[in-house]
Amino acid sequence: MGNESSTLAAIAAMALVTLACRCGGYFVFSRITPSPLMRNALAHLPGCIFAAYVIPALLAGPGRDWVGAAATLLTMAFSRNLGVSIGAGVAAVWVVSLA
Amino acid sequence: MPVFWRGARLALPLVVGLAPFGFVTGLITQHHGLSLADCLLMNGLVYAGASQVVALANWTHPAPILAAAFAALVVNMRFALMGPVLAPWLAGLSPVKRYASLALLVDHPWALSVTDMRKGGRDVALFIGLSVPLWFGWMVSTTAGFFCASTLNLPPHHPLFFGALAAFIALLVPLWRGWSDTLPWLVAGSTALVAAHMLPHTSWYLSSAP
Repeated sequence: MGNESSTLAAIAAMALVTLACRCGGYFVFSRITPSPLMRNALAHLPGCIFAAYVIPALLAGPGRDWVGAAATLLTMAFSRNLGVSIGAGVAAVWVVSLA
Repeated sequence: MPVFWRGARLALPLVVGLAPFGFVTGLITQHHGLSLADCLLMNGLVYAGASQVVALANWTHPAPILAAAFAALVVNMRFALMGPVLAPWLAGLSPVKRYASLALLVDHPWALSVTDMRKGGRDVALFIGLSVPLWFGWMVSTTAGFFCASTLNLPPHHPLFFGALAAFIALLVPLWRGWSDTLPWLVAGSTALVAAHMLPHTSWYLSSAP
């Protein structure tokens, strides 16, 4: 297979697998009746997914990211404004990196 | 469709906050020798930046088809568990619209939709209003990154790259439902930490210091 056609094939494979993930889980769950345990697990899922991103990234990153994380969390807790909170986090990281 | 526009307005800070991540994804795509058409296709159809960055980290020419598909599966498996959470909203749609909406599923619009659902929201238009602008924003930021790859040289530690991680951190606040969340969150975080340790290239994409 040539370089360009293999690249297109790889992109198509990634797209199909990802589409299957997006639609497949819903498809399966729409055909079964989730048990209370499963419903409970699903209810906990949103926060867990985000925690699973944030904790390793913070531990792998430089210490200044913790300052940015604190600024983001505090701003979000008080303002509930996503844009302002992201801006506050970036600004805090920027200030620490200048210091 | 006022709910759609409420979603679109909520999406604006997300578009801005995730733009640096999209930009970096575009940079990396160009860096690994993919064409502009490849870049547009991958971002438009796969539309899952984390999995793309992981796949690109191990890219070769000719392309590693199986390895790329496997990276997409491992990193995007979470979507399979996220979709069912939206079931009460999707039930009112025709199957075509239902699966078209699911095709746009990514983390942030989903989290904001779940937050709205918990507050009693009932309209899937919010999810669609959040998702559509984010897709367009993703196309713009990744394409911009692709074009700037040769001219601009932002250092990998640039504070702007913290924006992607900050978007995830900020959304922890509305997702927090009380102290009973602490243990599951810590378990999830620790598991991810171990996984990231055993599977290199899986979590650094979010860190501002790769």
